[in-house]
Amino acid sequence: MNIVPGRGGRFLLALLPFVLILLVYMAGSAQRRAENPDDKLLPPFSEMAETAHRLAFEPDRRTEETVLWTDTGASLQRLALGLGIATLIGLVAGLSIGLLPAVGATFATLIAVISMIPPMAVLPILFIVFGLGELSKVVLIIFGVAPFLIRDLALAVGNLPAEQMVKAQSLGASTWQLAIRVVLPQIMPRLIEAVRLSLGPAFLFLISAEAIAADVGLGYRIFLMRRYLAMDVILPYVAWITLLAFVLDFALKQIAHRAYPWAYAQERR
Amino acid sequence: MSAISIRNLWLEYGDQIVLERINLDIDAGGFISLVGPSGAGKSSFLRLLLGQERPSRGAILLDGKPLRPEPGPDRGVVFQRYSVFPHLTVLENVLVAFEFESSPVLAWLFGKARRDAIAKSEELLEEVGLEAHRDKYPSALSGGMQQRLAIAQALARRPRVLLLDEPFGALDPGTRAQMHALIRKLWRSCGTTVIMVTHDIKEAFGLGTRLIALDRTRLDPQAAGRFGATVTYDLDLRRDGPVPVLGFLKQPAPENGAPMNQGNHP
Repeated sequence: MNIVPGRGGRFLLALLPFVLILLVYMAGSAQRRAENPDDKLLPPFSEMAETAHRLAFEPDRRTEETVLWTDTGASLQRLALGLGIATLIGLVAGLSIGLLPAVGATFATLIAVISMIPPMAVLPILFIVFGLGELSKVVLIIFGVAPFLIRDLALAVGNLPAEQMVKAQSLGASTWQLAIRVVLPQIMPRLIEAVRLSLGPAFLFLISAEAIAADVGLGYRIFLMRRYLAMDVILPYVAWITLLAFVLDFALKQIAHRAYPWAYAQERR
Repeated sequence: MSAISIRNLWLEYGDQIVLERINLDIDAGGFISLVGPSGAGKSSFLRLLLGQERPSRGAILLDGKPLRPEPGPDRGVVFQRYSVFPHLTVLENVLVAFEFESSPVLAWLFGKARRDAIAKSEELLEEVGLEAHRDKYPSALSGGMQQRLAIAQALARRPRVLLLDEPFGALDPGTRAQMHALIRKLWRSCGTTVIMVTHDIKEAFGLGTRLIALDRTRLDPQAAGRFGATVTYDLDLRRDGPVPVLGFLKQPAPENGAPMNQGNHP
């Protein structure tokens, strides 16, 4: 554990497994094409690039929209709404439950029970109640992510040292002042981290909901193309979704480190 | 005039009695050292004074009025750890006390009010010698500097009583001596009543004007929690005090090596 790679070394090491995976794919793809020129399972990169270019820059013949961007826009809008509302709920509810014993006694068990309900199991209910439109997809993301955020933040509030609460009150802070000046800023880094961890589940719920009932969206497209075994569409889409998730995760990390430098002062690296 | 009166105070957790029969009158402006073995209820006593806990029986009066049973700005506190806010810079840590005072809704000051509060905060930081570190976060400060900051913060609201819970327990001896000099200076200049819980007998005698020892006087071998701790020693440490401290050579500075084991501890 004492061999620590430098900055450039770390970058190269991080790159290495990606390069290996790409090489293995290229070899597999070339071999299958050699056996069967019509193979659909592992399309070569040239074919995928062609398809991706068509999806991203040429308007669809029927709808006259560029498919990739309409899909991305629709999906990101659902994701942003769902995650945004879930974050807000998580912050307010988590802070109240963690800070106020009376609120915690009332709602903590309820949240614990709700968080055990598999969100996909209530998707039919959401479709019935909220219809097949945007709302049910947004609500699914909220339902899947908010309980986790609430519990995580309530724990984070509970982990703040009791001494700090007493100290703030001895400086004259009311409960409200203590909540907004002492507790809120200290759980913000944890909130951002929890949202980062929720990105995966949020995408899962988004794509599941889109796969079941939608007429536009990244998940919808993938599941539509599955019928035609169109791996040349599916693979770039998966890569694109991964890239979106990665960029969101990275952006959140940067925001947390820029806005709350004190929270990362003790980190190992 | 006595700042704090304690009338027949008991603290019990279920069957376990922590404190019993405590009667004390603490004069305003005194420096009280509170000593006793571990588990004798020193910290519980401090929590009662803070209002973090309520007594099972008896009453605590602050300036003749019953103590509000929650922490408030009339009682400042410095703990051994976690006394400063890690998300605020040194200056903001003190400033926030003034913001709590003057801005009930936003807890944030603007314009002239903010500049005035910053000036007051800087004055306090200067008193504890932290003016050069005003823009650092507490994680960048040493343990001694963090305690200096905690003290400056605790004094911002001019509390009637300053409660110190082993404030220097985690510091190295050199830093501790500096802190003793600092706290003595501040106590003299602001005239607040100080109650300090400590494990360090030398510190207790060196700083205090009065020493109170808590311990259990009775012990039931079958039930350890049957009897609580009470005041076993109450010594006046002022030079002209009515109760002489027998055989004890009092030194003004604690680092000069005052003799320790004088049987003043049960």
